[in-house]
Amino acid sequence: MTTAFLYDGTAMLGRHLQRIRHAPAILVMTQTMPIVFLLFFGYVFGSALAMPGADYRAFLVPGMLVATAANGIMTGMFTAAQDSHRGVMDRFRTLPMTRAAVPLGQAAADIVTTAAGLVPLLLVGLAMGWRIEGGALEAAGAFGLLLLFRFAATWVGILFGLVSRSEEAAGQLGGATFMLPLLSNAYIPTAGFPGWVRVLAEWNPISAVATAVRDLFGNAPVPGGSSWPVAHPVAGSLAWCAVLLTVCVPLAVRRYTTGGR
Amino acid sequence: MRYGAFMTSTYTVLSEGLEKRYGSGDQMVHALRGLDLAVEEGTVCGLLGPNGAGKTTAVRVLTTLLRPDAGSARVAGHDVLTEAPAVRRRIGVTGQYASVDGDLTGRENLRLFARLLRLPRSHADELLDRFGLTAAADRTARTYSGGMRRRLDLAASLLTRPAVLFLDEPTTGLDPHSRSAIWDAVRELTRQGTTVLLTTQYLEEADQLADSVVLIDGGRAAHRGTPAELKAQTGSYAEVVVAEDAALHAAAVVLDQLTGAEPTLDPDRRAVGVVTLDQALTLPRIVRELDASGVPIVDATLRPPTLDEAFLRLTGGRELVA
Ligand SMILES: Nc1ncnc2c1ncn2[C@@H]1O[C@H](COP(=O)(O)OP(=O)(O)O)[C@@H](O)[C@H]1O
Ligand SMILES: [Mg+2]
Repeated sequence: MTTAFLYDGTAMLGRHLQRIRHAPAILVMTQTMPIVFLLFFGYVFGSALAMPGADYRAFLVPGMLVATAANGIMTGMFTAAQDSHRGVMDRFRTLPMTRAAVPLGQAAADIVTTAAGLVPLLLVGLAMGWRIEGGALEAAGAFGLLLLFRFAATWVGILFGLVSRSEEAAGQLGGATFMLPLLSNAYIPTAGFPGWVRVLAEWNPISAVATAVRDLFGNAPVPGGSSWPVAHPVAGSLAWCAVLLTVCVPLAVRRYTTGGR
Repeated sequence: MRYGAFMTSTYTVLSEGLEKRYGSGDQMVHALRGLDLAVEEGTVCGLLGPNGAGKTTAVRVLTTLLRPDAGSARVAGHDVLTEAPAVRRRIGVTGQYASVDGDLTGRENLRLFARLLRLPRSHADELLDRFGLTAAADRTARTYSGGMRRRLDLAASLLTRPAVLFLDEPTTGLDPHSRSAIWDAVRELTRQGTTVLLTTQYLEEADQLADSVVLIDGGRAAHRGTPAELKAQTGSYAEVVVAEDAALHAAAVVLDQLTGAEPTLDPDRRAVGVVTLDQALTLPRIVRELDASGVPIVDATLRPPTLDEAFLRLTGGRELVA
């Protein structure tokens, strides 16, 4: 049973990687966007902040890595909606395969492409003056956390993609998720946010993960007087990922299993 | 008894009282209203009906894609509701709309499905060859023509040798060449003992392929029989086009004598048409008789009635539930 599941999941992983190979434009676009944002925030917006430019860029690069990981919601949503509204799902549903392998393969393929996409983003970050200032083990932990968060975000996206009415609806809602990092400390510290917006931003999972990644890379200290997930960023991030995965994976798998019946 | 008079193991597809509604309130569509089907092992059953009759819904219920609101069905010895995985192991499905991944090549599609079925890759390549897709195998499926896409779909359904093959409007919108390629594939399969349930809007297709035909209208079986019985009841439609206006009437007289039915005239096209139930009436005979009477004809056809014409006859002139 488990081996069948892994076998089918690997087959579906292969499917998604092949699709990307045939239509690389989407991947190129989703990878270029964060780089454009990084340069724009780093050199245009950043100049208006009180923080010195170089410090801000060291703060921004880990934030942008996390914001990019959060884009997994958008990508996951779009891919799942596409799949579930196209005929090929009928084929999978009439094959004697483990249905949960379909979303699993999608999430696994996403991790592969995300890991590859980190490289150019990191190179631009390095060129902007960002450095890993902590230990190697902590840095490895930061990368692990980024991928784990991406994985969780993708499952959130898969769930929403499956319940969306159409590919277009998923595209619109997915597009709106670019707002999520704006409501967090990914781009700018939340200290200056007005009252309730600040509370909201500090409870945003992206804030916890961004703080943890900055901490692990040794780029910025944990800000004092924050919400629990931000004050204990690594534990907070892991807790957020656990919550998102425990809620979304079973629901998404269930939706795939019973979908359309 | 659950399956009433059909209770026997020789039926590979058996359904009783299938009901399916879509939506609710004002928007509610009653797609299936107690559909009973019984397809004997190794035969081809044609589900014939106009758009919206419920053909696709029936196929989706029988292939475990859709849960009926009421009724039960067994396919290849297993209940579609309680033993769906066992049913899936024994069926092949080619839906009305392409069920392949347009973003993958033909070869990648078949290899993926083969892998999910634990079959060797070589098997996928053999099928590409068999369906004449080798040359296009490495292009993404979205670039395929309608006929190629259909063949790829059919190939995907035949990776395993399914006990039952479901084909939902396999040739709708295809050119004659692609159509006959699909027909040949179906005939080849039935020779090997596969049971086939196909839906179609074409009487001719049912006549060509099916051993039994179920006319489906408004979600229930309106008529059952063999294609021959169907033809005997619906007859054929003969039409001749004459060379000059003056010959129109003479042609009508000859056709009246031949068929005993009243011909209808279409002066604009200089055409005379008549419905005939006489199976012995052949096109050469019509032409000979007209010639003998000195009627100058430029065209003559003898074709099966259209689905609408057949429905009108079989359902006693009742309006189609379109
Ligand atoms: N998903 C759906 N939602 C609402 N109505 C549907 C749906 N699918 C089919 N129908 C309706 O059910 C009826 C039967 O449809 P269908 O089974 O597709 O017929 P056919 O395949 O014979 O054309 C039609 O009136 C159609 O509009
Ligand atoms: Mg249909």
